[in-house]
Amino acid sequence: MTGDAAVRVRSVEKTFNLGKVGEVAAIRSVDLDVAPGEFVSLIGPSGCGKSTLLRLIADLIEPSSGTIEVFGKPAAQARLDQDYGMAFQRSGLFDWRKIAANIELPLELMGWTKEKRRQRSAEMLRLVKLDEFADHYPQQLSGGMQQRVAIARALSFKPQLLLMDEPFGALDEMTREHMQSELISIKTELDTTVVFVTHSIAEAAFMSDRVVVLSPRPGEIHEIIDVDLGTRVPDTREDPEFFKKATEIRESLRSVKAAE
Amino acid sequence: MNRLRHVAPPVIVGVVFFALWEGLVKALEIREFLLPPPSSIWTALIEQWGGVEGGTLGTVALRVAGRNTAGIAISGLVIGVLAGAWLALIITRFRRFGESLTPFAIAINATPIIALAPIFNAWFGITDVRSNQAVVIAVVFFPVFINTAKGLSQAHPNQIELMRSYGASEFTILRRVQIPTALPFFVTSLKIAAPFSVIAAIVAEYFGGPQSRLGPVITQNASFARYDVAWAAIVVASGIGLGLFALALAAEYLLMPWRRRS
Repeated sequence: MTGDAAVRVRSVEKTFNLGKVGEVAAIRSVDLDVAPGEFVSLIGPSGCGKSTLLRLIADLIEPSSGTIEVFGKPAAQARLDQDYGMAFQRSGLFDWRKIAANIELPLELMGWTKEKRRQRSAEMLRLVKLDEFADHYPQQLSGGMQQRVAIARALSFKPQLLLMDEPFGALDEMTREHMQSELISIKTELDTTVVFVTHSIAEAAFMSDRVVVLSPRPGEIHEIIDVDLGTRVPDTREDPEFFKKATEIRESLRSVKAAE
Repeated sequence: MNRLRHVAPPVIVGVVFFALWEGLVKALEIREFLLPPPSSIWTALIEQWGGVEGGTLGTVALRVAGRNTAGIAISGLVIGVLAGAWLALIITRFRRFGESLTPFAIAINATPIIALAPIFNAWFGITDVRSNQAVVIAVVFFPVFINTAKGLSQAHPNQIELMRSYGASEFTILRRVQIPTALPFFVTSLKIAAPFSVIAAIVAEYFGGPQSRLGPVITQNASFARYDVAWAAIVVASGIGLGLFALALAAEYLLMPWRRRS
């Protein structure tokens, strides 16, 4: 059965500083399956451990107990095999590298030839519509453009899984909505699985196939909400169904807070 | 046109400054030993640049003294910078070691290292060039070490996580993220260290060593009441300091193309 899921989280717990002063239980008994091609959002009150869960999947931290598999392999192996790409709220671009070189960094570490790297970065820049900025430095680009570069970099080696930690959190509302549409079209084009941490209800409702609502720390899955809004277009945000879903997510978030 | 707008103001300030100096010294009849006018300093500089034939004590050619002092400052600067940057890399790579070493380095940095000059004279011998060099190295080392070590620890956590998500080794992270992040800190320390190296060299020379260096040339000419020559030697010293600072600026330009203003 392990072959089916892109991500399989089983009875995972994470306690920081286990057995020491300042012990903090961040995540408690989480089970979650993400199907290939699915877009799953993690939402919850701040400090609920949604970023921790994402980092556990990425094998940037290890669970205190439980298992995590990515495409049927242990998370650690998936990391070494570079099965996933990552993007953060702060774009994390390297100031000293030109835009093309930023996108090519993972490829460089994987030992691609210069020619193949150039080809791929050009292709990715077309995908995020920044072709003419290949030779600029990150500081010369706006926040939204930098975030597009970060997404292009995360996708540069065409991973089947994309892990994103509030990637649009620092953008203004207009840019944010634009980026959401772009990410959906890129994801559809490349058929990528996405696990997406957000604190925006509208963002979760607009982008996700499923929204995972986490409880306050220690984070547990409070509810999983299916969102079926068909093909997302900008007008989806004005669809009554969209509002119904956003309300459902909001009420779920409220009920976790009330249960606190 | 644009360039002129940048260059003109400091040039005008400079001209006004020297004109006022010259004018006030003449008008107030300030005596030479208190403050010679720029014109006599300039004359002394031209006269003493190549030295005076059959010159007595205190008339070492400024060209020779300047070259010797520059040699001490530059060699000490290079060694001090390399040592500081190298140790910063070591303590970043071996964090335990670094944590125990850094407070110690900061404590040493707080002591006026110049005060060690007589000790170095005793260690290496008063005529040995290493006595003066050691002072320069010690003065240059700490700002470079402390700034670079700080810079190496300033990489954003997301960037480190990103590298780890690519399966990058600690060494790769050091080379690809931490070192480039530290470059601006390192270059800032270079800009501090470059003029320091000349100050350190001259003060060390005050404490002893061969006569053919700027430090003794300044003290001896001053004691013989040849203030114009002493001032001319100071001009040479400041020229060396400016030259080294310009080199640090050039290093900034070359090492950090992403920081250039377009």
